[in-house]
Amino acid sequence: MHHEYNIVGGDFTRAGYASSQVKKILRNLDVDTAIIKRTVIAAYEAEVNIVAHAYNGIITLDIDADSIRIVLDDMGPGIEDIEQAMQEGYSTASDKVREMGFGAGMGLSNIKRNADELRINSEVGRGTQVEIVMYR
Amino acid sequence: MKVKDIVHLLDLTVYSGEQGLDREVTGGYVSDLLSDVMGRADTGQLWVTLQTHKNVMAIASLKDLSAVLLVNKQKPDANTAEQSNEEGIPILGTTMGAFEVTGKLYELIR
Repeated sequence: MHHEYNIVGGDFTRAGYASSQVKKILRNLDVDTAIIKRTVIAAYEAEVNIVAHAYNGIITLDIDADSIRIVLDDMGPGIEDIEQAMQEGYSTASDKVREMGFGAGMGLSNIKRNADELRINSEVGRGTQVEIVMYR
Repeated sequence: MKVKDIVHLLDLTVYSGEQGLDREVTGGYVSDLLSDVMGRADTGQLWVTLQTHKNVMAIASLKDLSAVLLVNKQKPDANTAEQSNEEGIPILGTTMGAFEVTGKLYELIR
């Protein structure tokens, strides 16, 4: 099963829409509640990262009998130092984004804590790809 | 305890999402950092915050929270209230600050 969602950078009014669709799909498939909860946390944080940092992006969701795979591809500034970005509390978010309660440097660690597999590839000046895999 | 019981006992304002007043409140979470709530709040909890923008409802819905309680006379943005009505997750309000209202909530639902 394959689904795709387009994400527009900077449009916070739509942030979380793709993640809510992912949640609905997993619920309809009767995926275990604990797995849905972890998937939703990881998907939302990764979706918000595109909205907060990138110009635009595509989220793809692929589900088979064994796994749930979410790939988030964005065109954006990229991440210079992924290890540093993974540190809890580190953030490059703007003041505006922080005032909304985002950008506390907790997003990537939330993803890491909840995903069964996490891969991040990034090219400065081009964009970032985040791959999240959950085992069913 | 239901959301409507807490509304009555603490004399809270109901801004939106009235159809969700029968939701069961299983606990509470107090934070203004959205990733903190996303990562640590759990199903059925009542979220105490001063954030009023629409992303609050995205999180409340994704986490299946029972209600959102805005402190210090904060009111939800128009599109926040709209989404609360669509989701059936109430947004409540109080003149109390987070410390005071959380203390009272803790006595009610601990």
